[in-house]
Formats: sequence, structure tokens, C-alpha cells
Amino acid sequence: MTDLTARKAFWRGYLDCAPFTLIVIPYSTLFGVVARDAGLDLFQTMTMTVLVIAGAAQFTALALLQDNAPVFIALLTALAVNLRMAMYSAALVPHVGHARLGVRALMAYLMVDQAFAVCVKTYEERPDMSPAAKVAYYFGCMMLICPFWYAFTFVGAYVGKAIPAELSLDFALPICFIALTGPLLRSVPHYVAALVSGVSILVFHWVPWNLGIMVAAILAMISGAQTELYLRRRAAKGAA
Amino acid sequence: MISDLDFWVLTIALGIGTFLIRFSFLGIFGGRQMPDWALLHLRYVGVAVFPAIFTPLVVWPPATDGQIDPIRLTAALAALLVGLRVNVIFSIIAGMATFYVLRFVF
Repeated sequence: MTDLTARKAFWRGYLDCAPFTLIVIPYSTLFGVVARDAGLDLFQTMTMTVLVIAGAAQFTALALLQDNAPVFIALLTALAVNLRMAMYSAALVPHVGHARLGVRALMAYLMVDQAFAVCVKTYEERPDMSPAAKVAYYFGCMMLICPFWYAFTFVGAYVGKAIPAELSLDFALPICFIALTGPLLRSVPHYVAALVSGVSILVFHWVPWNLGIMVAAILAMISGAQTELYLRRRAAKGAA
Repeated sequence: MISDLDFWVLTIALGIGTFLIRFSFLGIFGGRQMPDWALLHLRYVGVAVFPAIFTPLVVWPPATDGQIDPIRLTAALAALLVGLRVNVIFSIIAGMATFYVLRFVF
């Protein structure tokens, strides 16, 4: 893939993320519907979606405001949900950190879970990708997801309450995250990290402000890294 | 009902805060090499964060007020197994199809 041009990389990213429209469409539609249910008008709903582009945090903020939580708490909780993206930001540095500041700012604005997962998977599988191709690939991924996010939030907000609750679209969210995890489980340390994460969040779910997610993620990353180091040491000993 | 003032304060602050989180490392350390220990841990970001998001939603779904639901557990397992063997999109299809079929049957 060394000869992959930026243009080709952009469209490769676009196609690689195409399956996620199936998730983004129901999810963003659902946000539009829920926001109108909560009493936001069309303009407010769209402003939130364009400024934030982070579904889980938007749902969280809305639910807390509706619950009459203080704005301060609703804000902190939603930001805590988004803290995971600081880790995404760090994970992207080795691949696209060379880009201009303005480009990186745009990349930061467009950063979403699904596309991030696809990007990092591709970068790891194709270490020969050029830096320019990596940037183009990133924008290809995001450019597919973000317009759908805006458009179908609008549809949901416009259609409003016509979508029946019996469809249980809420379950699309965990399924989406499971689908993202499956292909990442490539080695024993990855399995260990995922298992530690899942068990830890059940143990630390009580931690206020959704910080349990951060606790579980940090424990899981340490477990994965330590397992990798242990296996490396054992392999070195076996070879010697 | 959500007051206009509450909404705008929250939305603007959340927009700025979320951007700053996303920009944090990309903006501050751009172009610089990260240390080996950081790269080692970052390899596990995905598998460390995603299970922490989906596990409570599967085990204690908000839609059932946190009651364990065998249908959702089965559907989640189907999505995971297909995700391991095939790919993301078939994993989603397997999960949602299992969910709807089981709900229809039971």
C-alpha cells in the first residue's frame, strides 16, 4: 500500500466506514426523536448535534437535564463520557500527528468512535501506509459518518414521535460497540484487556459521573500491556 | 421541560469541552514521538474502552430498567461471535437479527 495515493486512501476510508451508516442512521435519528421529546426545538437539536457530534454524551446530557440535574453536573457527566476520546487523540498521534495544526483541529472536531476504530485497525494492519495517505484515509472515514449524523438527527427531530418505542433502537448502541470489539480481539493480550474491561465496569459501575468507564479502561490497558510484556519475556526465555 | 438558558449553557460548554478533549493530544504533541510505554498501552485503547461501554448496556439494559434480559444477552453473544469470525457489519446484523427474532418468538 506504499503507492496508495491520498485520493485513493480517502475513498478507501469512505468505503471501509460505509457499513457504519447502518448504525449511524438509526442512532442519530433516535437522538433527534429523543431531543424533541425532551422539549428541544429543531434549531436547538441541530445546534447540539453539530457542536458536539458525540452521541453517547448528547444522550447523557439530555437525560440529565430532563431529570432536572444542575447544568454543571450534566456537563461534567457528558464530558466524562467523552474522556475516552482523549485516549483516541493520543492513539492517533503516531499516525497523523505530522499534519498541520488546522488539519489536526478539523480531525479533532470530526473524531467519532466507529471511524476511529476503523482507522486505527487499518493503520496497524498496513504499517507501510504513507503519512499523507493516513490523513486522507481518516477524512474518508469521517466524511462518511458525520454528514449522516447531521442529516438523520434532522430527520429524527423532524419526524419526532412517529418512531415506535417497541423497535428498541436503544439496543443498536451496545451491538455497535460489540461489533467494533470483535475484530480487535487479535491476540491473547487483547482478550485479557477486553475481559478486564468488561468485568471492571460491572465492579466500578457505581463510580459517579461515568468515571467507572475510565477506571475500567485504564485497568484494562494496563492488563493488556502487562500480558504482552509477560508473553514477550516468556518467548525470549524459550528462545534462549 | 428544559429551560433555554440551561440548554444553551450546557450545549456551548459541552461543544467546547468535547473539542478540547478530542484535540488534547493531537494538538499538544502533534508530530512528536510518543514513548514506548505509551504506545504499548495505546494498542489496547479499543479493547479497553468498548467493553466498558457495552457491558452495562447488555447486562443492565436501561430499556428494562436494569433487569437482566436473556434475549439481549443472547443477541450480544451472537454479535460477539460473528464479530470474531467474520466482520463488523455481519456482527451488527447477527446481533440485531437475533434480538428481533427472539423477541418475536418469545
